[in-house]
Amino acid sequence: MTETFQLDGEDVPFAPGQSVLQAALSAGRYIPHLCYHPEFKPHGSCKVCTVKANGRTAASCTLPAQAGLNVESETGEMNDLRRTLVQMLFAEGNHFCPSCEKSGNCTLQALGSDLGVMTAGFRHFYPDRPVDASHPDFLLDFNRCILCELCVRASCEVDNKCVFALSGRGLTKHLIVNAASGKLADTDVALTDKAVSVCPVGVILKKRVGFAVPIGQRRYDQRPISEQALDDAPRPSTASGACAACEGTS
Amino acid sequence: MSKKLKVATTSLAGCFGCHMSLLDIDERLFDLLELIEFDRSPLTDIKHCGPCDVGLVEGGLCNAENVHVLREFRKNCKILVAVGACAVTGGLPAQRNHLSLADCLQEVYVTEISLEHGGIPNDPELPLPLDKVHPLHEVVKVDYFLPGCPPSADTIWKFLTDLLAGRTPSLGPELIRYD
Amino acid sequence: MTHELQSILARHQFAPTQLLQVLREVQEHYSWIAPEALDYVADGLGLPRARVEGVAGFYSFLHSDAPCRYRLLFSDNITDRMLGNQELIAYLCNKLWVERGHISEDGLVSVDTTSCTGLCDQGPALLVNGWAIPRLTHERLDQITELILGKTPVEQWPRELFVIENNIHRADILLDNPMEPGDALRGVISRGGGLEAAANARSWREGIPAAEQGQLAILDEIKKSNLRGRGGAGFTTGLKWEACRNASGDHAKEQRYVVCNADEGEPGTFKDRVLLTTQADLLFEGMTVCAYAIGATRGFLYLRGEYRYLLEPLNETLARRRAARLLGRDILEHGGFDFDIEIHLGAGAYVCGEESALIESLEGKRGIPRNRPPYPVTHGYLQQPTTVNNVETFCAAALIAAGGDEWYRSVGTAKSAGSKVLSVSGDCARPGIYEYPFGVTVRQVLEDCGAENTLAVQISGPSGVCIAADEFDRRIAFEDLATAGAFMVFDASRDMFEVARNFAHFFAHESCGFCTPCRVGTAMLSTTMDKIANGHGTLYDLAEIEKLDRVLNQSAHCGLGHTACNPTLDTLKRFRPTYERRLKSQDFEPAFDLDGALAAARRMTGRDDAGAHLSTEEA
Repeated sequence: MTETFQLDGEDVPFAPGQSVLQAALSAGRYIPHLCYHPEFKPHGSCKVCTVKANGRTAASCTLPAQAGLNVESETGEMNDLRRTLVQMLFAEGNHFCPSCEKSGNCTLQALGSDLGVMTAGFRHFYPDRPVDASHPDFLLDFNRCILCELCVRASCEVDNKCVFALSGRGLTKHLIVNAASGKLADTDVALTDKAVSVCPVGVILKKRVGFAVPIGQRRYDQRPISEQALDDAPRPSTASGACAACEGTS
Repeated sequence: MSKKLKVATTSLAGCFGCHMSLLDIDERLFDLLELIEFDRSPLTDIKHCGPCDVGLVEGGLCNAENVHVLREFRKNCKILVAVGACAVTGGLPAQRNHLSLADCLQEVYVTEISLEHGGIPNDPELPLPLDKVHPLHEVVKVDYFLPGCPPSADTIWKFLTDLLAGRTPSLGPELIRYD
Repeated sequence: MTHELQSILARHQFAPTQLLQVLREVQEHYSWIAPEALDYVADGLGLPRARVEGVAGFYSFLHSDAPCRYRLLFSDNITDRMLGNQELIAYLCNKLWVERGHISEDGLVSVDTTSCTGLCDQGPALLVNGWAIPRLTHERLDQITELILGKTPVEQWPRELFVIENNIHRADILLDNPMEPGDALRGVISRGGGLEAAANARSWREGIPAAEQGQLAILDEIKKSNLRGRGGAGFTTGLKWEACRNASGDHAKEQRYVVCNADEGEPGTFKDRVLLTTQADLLFEGMTVCAYAIGATRGFLYLRGEYRYLLEPLNETLARRRAARLLGRDILEHGGFDFDIEIHLGAGAYVCGEESALIESLEGKRGIPRNRPPYPVTHGYLQQPTTVNNVETFCAAALIAAGGDEWYRSVGTAKSAGSKVLSVSGDCARPGIYEYPFGVTVRQVLEDCGAENTLAVQISGPSGVCIAADEFDRRIAFEDLATAGAFMVFDASRDMFEVARNFAHFFAHESCGFCTPCRVGTAMLSTTMDKIANGHGTLYDLAEIEKLDRVLNQSAHCGLGHTACNPTLDTLKRFRPTYERRLKSQDFEPAFDLDGALAAARRMTGRDDAGAHLSTEEA
C-alpha cells in the first residue's frame, strides 16, 4: 500500500525519499516554487514553496513527505507569504522587466503575475551590480540575480566545472565566476553547459538570440506558471547531488 | 449611477505611454465617459486638480516638480493609482540610480563637448532633479498599483470598471504583466 | 610569498576541509588574502578558485580587498556603545587621519566595527589584526596610535594592552569544582568493568559486553542527570548523545565526531571565554567523556575568531593532556579508547554558532545552515554522526561523570538541573561572570551585580527576550527564562529603541544571505529602524515591522531569521513610547529625506532658492 499525506484535504501518495513538493508535483498538484528544479537536489533557499505542515511552516521542497502529514498550501495565509517573498526579491534586485529579454519566459515574473503581485511594495534597494559582457557568447546581468544557485548547482553537479559560485554574505551575497579576473570570458563555460540554461531569470543570457519570440508567444504569455509547472514534474536527475571538485575529491 | 466620478490623470517621469494605453481602450472610451469626467489631465489641459475620486498617475519621481504634483494628487484624490512600470518601480528613469547624479550632470553639461556654452542649468524655473528616481509608493501612500509597460488597454479597462462598480479590482495572471 | 603559503598548506596536509584554517593563517601572515594567494590556495587544495573566493568572501575577518598592516575592528555591541565606543572610534580615526571603514592611502591602517567580541564586561573593546584589546580609553588609543604610526609589529605591543580579566564574581558547582584532570574519565572508565561494575546493581546491563557497559552507563547517567544544552536551545544532552551513538554511519568511513561549539557569538555572551580560560581541562574532559559514550575518536573545538588569543593556551592544554594519556591512543591505558581533539578557528561569522553552519565551516565551507532533517547526530561532519554541544554543556557533562547524576540533579530546579553561568554586562557596578543554580530570579542577579534603577534586562542576547521591571521575579531556568548566558542590564537613562536598533543592525550584518526572508528582511528591518531613528517613521512603519516579523518567523531558514525581529517587537511591546515619540503624526512618510535628495543637485547648480527645496511636512 502506498503511503499518503494530506495536501489541502486530499491524499497525495509519495515514494520514499520524496519531499512534500516533489510528491505533490508528481501527483499533479501544484505548490508555487522558485529555486526548486526537478533535476536538482532541493535547495530550500527562496522559501516560496513554504507550506504549513501539521501547523508548522516549512519549505515543502526540503520537507520529507511523511504518512499522515497534514499540509496546507492553497491558503490565503501561505499565498500572502509567498507574495511577500516574491516582492522582497523584486525589491532587492534591479528587475526592470520592460527591457529584459527574459521577460515572458522568466520564472520570477511568472510567479509574481500568478500570485497577484502588483508592486514590490517595499522600498527598492537599487543595488549597483555591473554587467559582465566579456564573454563572446554570454551576457551576465547580475541586476536580476535572485541567488537561487541553480547555475552554481548545475555547473558543479552536472558540468563538473564550477564556473559559478557565491561570495559575500547577507545582502552583499553575490554570484561570482571561476576566474582570477572575475570575468566570464576567462572561465571554461561553454554553450553546451547545463549551467547556462537553468537561470530562471535573466542573468545568464545567450547573446544574439534575445527577443526572438514575439510578445504573446513567449512561454508565460500562453498559460500561467501554475498550469505549466506540472509539465516539469520530477524526472530522473542528471545531477550527482554533490560536486566532486568542491569536495576536493576529484 | 447618479453622479459621474471625477478622475484626474498625470504623467510624471513617464513617457505618456500609459495614457496612450488608456486611449487604447478604443470604443470603450464612450462607455467610460458615461461613468466619469476628467479633472486635471493632459486630455483636458486643466492645470491643477480639484477634489477627485480617482487619480491615475503615470511615471516615477525624478525631480522636485514630480513630488509637488504627486502631493497635489494625493491631497485631492480619494483613490490614488500608480499606473505603469515607472510609477510602480521607478522604471526606465530609475536605471540611472546606480550612477551619481553629480557625475551625470557633469558628464552631460560640462564634459560633453558638443555643448557650445557648457554649464549646468541653474534657472530657478527648472525643477531640480532628485539624486535617485523613486516609485510613487516611497513618497506617498498609494492605494492601487497597475504594473506593465504600459498596462494593456484590457488591464486598464478591467481595473477601471471594477473600481467604478465599487468592486475591489481583481486582475488575473493574464492581465498582470510587468513588461 | 609562495614559500610561506606552501608551508601553511603543508601544515594543513593540503586538505580541502582545512580551507578556512588555511585562509585564516594566510590572512594573519600577510594581513590580507591577495588574489595570487587565492589562486595558490585553490591549486594547493585542488579546489575551484571560485569556491576559495566564496569562502574568503563569507567571513568578515578575511580580507581580499587590499593589504593593510593594522586592521582595527571596534566591538559594536550595545554595551560597547553604552561605554562610549562611538566617540572613541571618532577620536581614533581623527588621530590616525583615516576615514572609518576605509584603508588609509598608505595601506597602514583601517578602523571599522565588528559584532560583539565577547568583552562586554571590560569594554569598549577592539581587535587589532584579530587580537583583542579591552578597556579602551583615550590614553590607550593614544598608545595604540603611537604604536601604529611607529609601525611596531603587533607581537611587540606591550602585553598589558591585551590582558583580559575573568571577572568571576560568583562561582558555583562548575566554576568552583575541585576536579583534577582525569577525574571524570577515571570515573567513567571505572563504570565499565572490574569490581565496581560488579558491585553496581543495575541488572538490566547484564549480558552487555564489558566494553560497552561503561559507555552505556555514562550515557544512562547523562540522561538521568537531566542535563540540557547550554547553548540556548536546551535540547536534552543524553538524548542527543544516544541518537548519535545509535546512528548508523556510512560504513566506508565509519567515524563519529564530537564537536564543541565555542563560537560564542550572541552579543552580550562571554561565559565561554572564561570557561575556556579557566576550565579548559574540564571542557576537554567532557568532550572525551562524550567521545567515550558515543564511540567517537575525533573531536573538534570550534573557537570563535574573536578568541584567537586563546588558541595557544588551549593547544598547550591539549598537549599536556596528551602527555598525561588523557587524550590520544588508549586513554588512561584503557585499550581501544582513542580520542583526540583539534581546534578550528572561526573568522567572524555569528551564524556559525548554528550547529549545522558550524559543521559546514569545520568542513572549510561558507557557514550556511543546512537543511534539516537530517540532523548532525546522524549526518554531521563529513555526513557522519556528530554530537555538537556548547562549552558549558561539556563542562557540566564532566561534572556529572565525576559526581554522578543524583548529585547533579540535586542542584537547580525540578526541570532545570545544575547551574547556569551568566555573562552580566551593561549598567551595573560589577559586570562579569556569575554562576547560579538554575532557578535564580532576575532580581537576585541584579542585586548581586549592583544594578540600580534598572529599566530592562536583555536575557540571552538579541535572539533572546527583553524584560521590564515587572518581570524581574522571573527565573533563569528552562521552564521560564531559558538563556545561553547573556544578561545585559539597561538602566533608566537608556533608550530601549536604540538598543533594538543596534540589534537590528547586528542581525542584518550577520545574516548569511542564504534564504530570501532573512537576507532581504533583516536589511529592511534595519533600514526601517533607521528611518524611525531619523524622525521619518510612522505607524505605517510599525505595521511593516510586524509584517516582516511574520514573514521571518514563517519562512526563515534558521534561528537567526526567526528571532531577528524579537528585540524590536519586545521593546515595542514594553517600551512603546520610545518608538511613538519618534513617529510623525501622519500615517505615511517618505522612505527617505526628500530635501536631502535634492542636495546633490543644489550643489551642482549652486541654487538655494525656495524651489530648490522640498519640505517633508507638506502632505
